[in-house]
Amino acid sequence: MRPILMKGHERPLTFLRYNREGDLLFSCAKDHNPTVWFADNGERLGTYRGHNGAVWCCDVSRDSMRLITASADQSVKLWNVQTGAQLHTFSFNSPARSVDFSVGDKLAVITTDPFMEVTSAINVKRIADDPSQQSGESVLTITGPAGRINRAVWGPLNRTIISAGEDCVVRIWDSETGKLLKESDPEVGHKKPISSLSKSSDDCSHFLTGSLDKSAKLWDARTLTLIKTYRTERPVNAVEMSPLLDHVVLGGGQDASSVTTTDHRAGKFEAKFYDKILQEEIGGVKGHFGPINALAFNPDGKSAGTVRLPIFIGSSPLGLAVN
Amino acid sequence: MGEISLSELEARANAAGIDLSQIDLDSIQLPPGDDFGIISDDEDVYQEEQLDFDYGLGNTIVVDNLPVVPMEKFSKLEGVIRKIYGQIGVIKEDGFWMPVDPDTHKTLRYCFIEYNTPQEAELAKEKTNGYKLDRAHIFAVNMIQDFNRFMKVPDEWAPPEIRPYVPGENLQSWLADEKARDQFVIRASSDTEVFWNDARHLKPDPVYKRVYWTESFVQWSSLGTYLATVHRQGTAVWGGASTFNQLMRYAHPQVKLIDFSPGEKYLVTYSGHEPSNPRDANRVVINIFDVRTGKVMRDFKGSADEFAIGGTGGVAGVSWPVFKWGGGKDDKYFAKIGKNMISVYETESFSLVDKKSLKAESVVDFSWSPTDPILAFYVPELGGGNQPARVSLVQIPSKEELRQKNLFSVSDCKLYWQSNGDYLAVKVDRYTKTKKSTYTGFELFRIKERDIPIEVLELDNKNDKIIAFAWEPKGHRFAVIHGDNPRPDVSFYSMKTAHNTGRVSKLTTLKGKQANALFWSPSGRYIILAGLKGFNGQLEFYNVDELETMATAEHFTATDVEWDPTGRYVATLVTSVHHEMENGFNIWSFNGKLLYRIMKDHFFQFLWRPRPPSLLSPEKEEEIAKNLKKYSKKYETEDQDVSLQLSEQDREKRRKLKDEWEKWVSEWKRLHEVEKLQRQMLRDGEASDEEEEYEAKEVEVEELLDVSEEVLSFEFGQE
Repeated sequence: MRPILMKGHERPLTFLRYNREGDLLFSCAKDHNPTVWFADNGERLGTYRGHNGAVWCCDVSRDSMRLITASADQSVKLWNVQTGAQLHTFSFNSPARSVDFSVGDKLAVITTDPFMEVTSAINVKRIADDPSQQSGESVLTITGPAGRINRAVWGPLNRTIISAGEDCVVRIWDSETGKLLKESDPEVGHKKPISSLSKSSDDCSHFLTGSLDKSAKLWDARTLTLIKTYRTERPVNAVEMSPLLDHVVLGGGQDASSVTTTDHRAGKFEAKFYDKILQEEIGGVKGHFGPINALAFNPDGKSAGTVRLPIFIGSSPLGLAVN
Repeated sequence: MGEISLSELEARANAAGIDLSQIDLDSIQLPPGDDFGIISDDEDVYQEEQLDFDYGLGNTIVVDNLPVVPMEKFSKLEGVIRKIYGQIGVIKEDGFWMPVDPDTHKTLRYCFIEYNTPQEAELAKEKTNGYKLDRAHIFAVNMIQDFNRFMKVPDEWAPPEIRPYVPGENLQSWLADEKARDQFVIRASSDTEVFWNDARHLKPDPVYKRVYWTESFVQWSSLGTYLATVHRQGTAVWGGASTFNQLMRYAHPQVKLIDFSPGEKYLVTYSGHEPSNPRDANRVVINIFDVRTGKVMRDFKGSADEFAIGGTGGVAGVSWPVFKWGGGKDDKYFAKIGKNMISVYETESFSLVDKKSLKAESVVDFSWSPTDPILAFYVPELGGGNQPARVSLVQIPSKEELRQKNLFSVSDCKLYWQSNGDYLAVKVDRYTKTKKSTYTGFELFRIKERDIPIEVLELDNKNDKIIAFAWEPKGHRFAVIHGDNPRPDVSFYSMKTAHNTGRVSKLTTLKGKQANALFWSPSGRYIILAGLKGFNGQLEFYNVDELETMATAEHFTATDVEWDPTGRYVATLVTSVHHEMENGFNIWSFNGKLLYRIMKDHFFQFLWRPRPPSLLSPEKEEEIAKNLKKYSKKYETEDQDVSLQLSEQDREKRRKLKDEWEKWVSEWKRLHEVEKLQRQMLRDGEASDEEEEYEAKEVEVEELLDVSEEVLSFEFGQE
């Protein structure tokens, strides 16, 4: 398969998201403009202008009508996917790190960074059907974990919220009361900050976390049982699971500060494929010249009766490549 | 820091905003040489010994046999004594005390002198014991603490108690490994681990692991019997039949460097101590221990200057090893270079051979034949070129000169012995006529032939810079990397020519190689041309018998190459000495097949356990080589069994993993089904689970990309 290189962002990419059909790809970057692309040919459809800081994360509703973006400008914005119009802005007093729509798209979970005196927090907002009725109030606010919470997502049936971040611990919270239900066992859990979290495509029966401790771990979303560990040679920045095959892909690389300038191999910028069950490395995709920050699988892996390796996207600081 | 209680520690951590339960203690690295008062595993072992060193009096000496003087001459005598002892070190304020007899008002023939450090006191004792002030007054100098000991010597001799003989462990049992594997030790972070190289199973097999086993480094003894660890209090050796037990300790405070004699009978330890007077050179203490008894056979003390001549490497101006061992595995002689001389000692009495050193004016470098008591040394040009440079071969103990060669307009010489002591190559850098640049040639000595014939070898292009030179172990060939290009050439030479055995001949030259270091297999025949550091770890596995490349490979940023003692496997390393990235090692087969790869952060050391020389005679070895098929049959079936067993195990493991996974997946599917309605409700009634309704069909598509034909040849020794 020929990779498609998408150029358009002027600063490193931070997050990628396909819509449910897999025809649109949303990209976030440290430049302030989330961008939407045609997934099959890499053509740029448009940008969403209005943020005034790096955009860290986004999610798109099931009907591909709404986009939600989290930005370092201390705001989360709701957009009309089609027109690019801003529907609502949620303001916070610290940078927003991640967003995730619930099943049914009626709720969104947003994490905010620790900033000045403010601690990190997980916020739940109700998303109104009619944007003019949208309230800025949080339904629930959870605080407690030390350091940045890099990602929070909805558990099965929106009953729980799963969070992970700089304190190396994965936590499951009750999404009604905000009570802490489970914490990952420090013995088997990650030893360094968790950089990424990605849930399975079947309404989150299991999820994958990637950490700077050079490993990725697969957990059961209901019991928080550690099921698999995938070891690699470099810090993991981004993880993703194939929706169809038993594949796991890890992206990462050394921090820019510790990369030698002589040879790209030193940084280990390849995206690595692992067998999800056997935990063995099965392949890699080269061609990146900086750390991989974001990955996404195309949910549409079933074209014309042939099952190919589902399309995946890796991202280097300034380009996107579709394989 | 001192000791603090756990509750204090918690309080302090809380104050600093640290959650103790979050700290991974293993990840903490202490700066070298500092332990913040945390006791290493072995410290308690040393404790009792330390009690013996009472430093309170350790820096005080007693000088006896002084003249007896009346009070009026007291200050004059004090002046004289202070002058003598002040030169050696700094005498403490109030550190001089000469008692006076209250009846006669005369001195009592002795005085006490207290120095700032025990080392200075030790030095003063050595230097002035026997000092002749005049004919009648020969100083007797002792440490005051020894004095106490001397007083305690019982008057009557008691026969020493004879302890019953206790058979020791078999220290060689590792050689009897059923799978004939080799061991290696690695040091990464604070862990030191010994492994079997289990090449059949493509992984290292752990033998022993210990955290904080050593405080600076570890080292195998020359024949592999012992593993030495280095601590502030001294050195310890470990070994044994089944695991690593401590076998002996060698007290030497602040030991920095150690060296085993080739037959591992003796251990040389070194420490350097800063003088209290900063103008003085560092004080050096070298002890030679008997490895088995732990007894000090001889010690050498002096200023660093005396030990800093010749050689390369080492620390703080001292070239290490200071003592080079000669006479092969018998450990009969050891020698050190001095100013205008080479001091050769023999181990029977640990004194100089013939009670005097070998005179050699301005000698720069010397080395022993690896097998025979023959010394080769190099003296540079003297008198502004009037006296030519000279390489001499001297027989020990007769000190008879076996051969010498005068060399003209020499800038530098390097001596390279072949491992059997058959040949000596002297690399000679000479000035060109203009004296502006140098070129290189070789003088080849055939030691074992009559009259030691010398042959001169110049490279085809004699202006080529020599990057590396290496003899084939036990062989008659050598390899040279030469050239000024970024990609130099590699040439192979043989000391034997098909028809004329007495002449050196070139075998081949490989052009434009990315190599800067040569690593012969210890059994000869195979060599690795390595491009380390600047060449990013290029490796070429070359067969010198067939003059062909077996494999080329790369271990990115490799810093070292280490053959196992049998020449079957080779390790390439990236240690944290150069940088902190990609640390770890690869194990290869001799022909360049990567067997396995281990990553280790903060990776410091990798050492194969040496093996003693084979007990088989050369004839027997030859016979085995001839009938190799017969001998290898047994191993081939074993290999096959192992690989069958492995694949069976592997299949079993995979099956188990798959089954476990299936269990999870079916549970998820069940729950997913149970929750279907609720999910539908959340989605406002949308019958929404269609994403699972498609099936994944596997269809293989083959595409012909390219067709090419190639003639393959299968050779012996390749897999």
